[in-house]
Amino acid sequence: MALPRWFDGDVGYSFRHSTLAIAAAAVALTCVICAVFAGWIAPHNPFDLTTLELGDARLPPAWSEQGSAKYLLGTDDQGRDILSALMYGSRISLAVGFTSVALSVLIGVSLGLLAGFYGGWVDTVLMRLCDVMLSFPPILVALLIAGVGRALFPNAQDALAFAVLIVSITLTGWVQYARTVRGSTLVERGKEYVQAARVTGVSPFRIMRRHVLPNVTGPVLVLATIQVATAIITEATLSFLGVGAPPTSPSLGTLIRVGNDYLFSGEWWITVFPGLMLVIIALSVNLLGDWLRDALNPRLQ
Amino acid sequence: MIFKKNTTVALVGYALAAMSFVASAQTLRISNQGDATSMDPHSLNESMQLSITGNVYEGLVGRNKDLSLAPALATRWTQPSPNVWRFELRKGVQFHDGTPFTADDVLFSFARASGDGSDMKSYTNDVKEVRKINDLTVEIETKAPFPILPDVISLLYIMSKKWCETNQATKPVDRRKGVENAASFRANGTGPYRLRERQPGVKTSFSRNGSYWGTIESNATDVVFTPISNDATRVAALLSGEIDVMEPVPVQDVVRVNASANARAITGPELRTIFLGMDQKRDELLYSSVKGKNPFKDKRVRQAFYQAIDIDTIKRVVMRGASNPTALMVGPGINGFFPELNKRLPFDTEAAKKLLAEAGYPNGFEVAMNCPNDRYVNDGEICQAVAANLSRIGVKINLQAETKGTYFPKVLRRDTSFYMLGWTPGTYDAHNALNGVLACVDDKGTGQFNLGAYCNPKVDELTRKIQSETDKVKRNAMIKEAFELHSADIGHIPLHQQALAWGVSKKVNLVQLADNFMFFKWMTVQK
Repeated sequence: MALPRWFDGDVGYSFRHSTLAIAAAAVALTCVICAVFAGWIAPHNPFDLTTLELGDARLPPAWSEQGSAKYLLGTDDQGRDILSALMYGSRISLAVGFTSVALSVLIGVSLGLLAGFYGGWVDTVLMRLCDVMLSFPPILVALLIAGVGRALFPNAQDALAFAVLIVSITLTGWVQYARTVRGSTLVERGKEYVQAARVTGVSPFRIMRRHVLPNVTGPVLVLATIQVATAIITEATLSFLGVGAPPTSPSLGTLIRVGNDYLFSGEWWITVFPGLMLVIIALSVNLLGDWLRDALNPRLQ
Repeated sequence: MIFKKNTTVALVGYALAAMSFVASAQTLRISNQGDATSMDPHSLNESMQLSITGNVYEGLVGRNKDLSLAPALATRWTQPSPNVWRFELRKGVQFHDGTPFTADDVLFSFARASGDGSDMKSYTNDVKEVRKINDLTVEIETKAPFPILPDVISLLYIMSKKWCETNQATKPVDRRKGVENAASFRANGTGPYRLRERQPGVKTSFSRNGSYWGTIESNATDVVFTPISNDATRVAALLSGEIDVMEPVPVQDVVRVNASANARAITGPELRTIFLGMDQKRDELLYSSVKGKNPFKDKRVRQAFYQAIDIDTIKRVVMRGASNPTALMVGPGINGFFPELNKRLPFDTEAAKKLLAEAGYPNGFEVAMNCPNDRYVNDGEICQAVAANLSRIGVKINLQAETKGTYFPKVLRRDTSFYMLGWTPGTYDAHNALNGVLACVDDKGTGQFNLGAYCNPKVDELTRKIQSETDKVKRNAMIKEAFELHSADIGHIPLHQQALAWGVSKKVNLVQLADNFMFFKWMTVQK
């Protein structure tokens, strides 16, 4: 596959020589590890309501006067350990981010390939659909889908709430991939190797998958990396607005919203730490995406 | 903004004598954490909505600042026979559109409030007939002797018959069924303020009724009501002088508001009782993992829920001390509150677990819980704390905390298994809670807010007797007995009486009413 080859060659070289990329990758990896292994690393389980001590609510971080060593970064309004909530919360944020980007890539790349390869009315219909999607601000579309989802399943369980969240971010994110892939496919379609494949009687789907797809993955990879950060922020925004993750299993956005009410009342840590966490995740992933774009751009080499 | 304000001040200063009539234009800006769901006075029996519409509409009987009865659209009421009340209507009153107010409007309003789609039926369920004697006299005949009728109808506001007919608003707005009409967005009452513009969820503005029949103490010529749901934003708006009066001050900000130069927090006990209700009627809960039976029909389950809730910690942490845990469905200040009955079952997780196991749920079960998150003080947070408490006995709560605009229609349709509600008896008498919240449900209005359909025929019988009884001692003994029965049944789970906390600019003088009603006519703004 393409990925290992890049890392052996120019891309790997560029990575080894970019301090920023290494640092960003290290931070992102740490966040991912903390999130994935939250169940083992985190001192408490903030989603397990049976362990919440309401009496310990709104304790400041351990280094302040009233802080407790039990809760390093303090507790929120329900007695959740902020540090643990950050780990579990970023797990939700990352899971929602990666899943929705993976789904957007799947939808966007397939439709983009179809549109670019076949052209004609297929292209027209799909691209007009993209235009329509692009004319709405993504957060508005996500809000609409989340709202409709909630109206359809008024007494939804937690799992369904996450599904609605993922679907709404996916459906707003796929357009960019479709556009990018269509553009690259239009270019590749006219090249000799594709003509050759056609002449030898290879089926169109096989040509798209085996010949065109590998040659258009570069931009998609860059876009996907940057979109992960965007998706995480979209998730946080939706949760902040109260249509995302349920209050009993808060994501970073939910934590920021809850803490927002207490920000001016002196209890700053409830919102500041989740906010910082969100910045760190989004920034490191974005920097990685930035570096990848430069590394894959032949004109900069 | 600042520049503009200074300019205005300077202008007024230069031309004070000449322009004194300009300076007398005074705007009062009010905010709440939620909006009224409609301007229709018969569509939702909720204090906040009736408080807002109560500035535009009036009942036959009103209230003084100490909540005692005051003449409003009726000047005098007498009881010619035990089952009949006679009301003499005020002469020369006009609706905001200039139509004179007559007995026909009273007849119309009673029919509207007791008819299809009305949420006020629990005030009219025992009215047999409303009769017109002449243009300025009506008689209300009740099914049984009804000594407290004037108290009961004080929140039943009078609408103009002609206006409702012209505007196709003869039936109340019914949000449960999605029915809207002109009365939701426009209003034509007799009250001290006219509704000028209504933008649901954004802004509602009022202007002074120049031809009001009574005196308006307030100097406000315009009133603007803005809902601000975010606690921090609402406080910031008060402190920056963007709004003059707001409710509630978040419990974490009472000290900060009092320490500020511009505003103060006026606190006091509120008559409202916050409680939890459970569906005890359906054979299978709508939203639960238990199939084929209803766990809430078993008193042991209800008691387990009750004893699993750590109300003292909720008071200390969530309410920051601003609540009084209660065992009763009415609080101090309501006739029929007995301190000797106000003893909660102890908080005891182990006992609750045991009760649940005895009832056949050793591993608990799942149930959805409906809560508002912008109606009562820290309502969403209380529900989360309750969910955490219940998780200790194995009960998994799927919490649905939402804005009251979607929450009320849902629970009032009884589309719920487990819910939070608050209740202030509009008559300041226990009968109102017994009739509205505790009584068995019929379709006439009895038990209209008994959303879990708790039913004990003995409590019902007592409620009917309490309604007709005039001997205060006997009556109170019956109220006491009814509450004892309800407590023994654990018909509901009372939580606490919340404290009132109004944030008021130092420029504003007002009287805080213990029922949390905000009447603009009693709010004065200093220049």
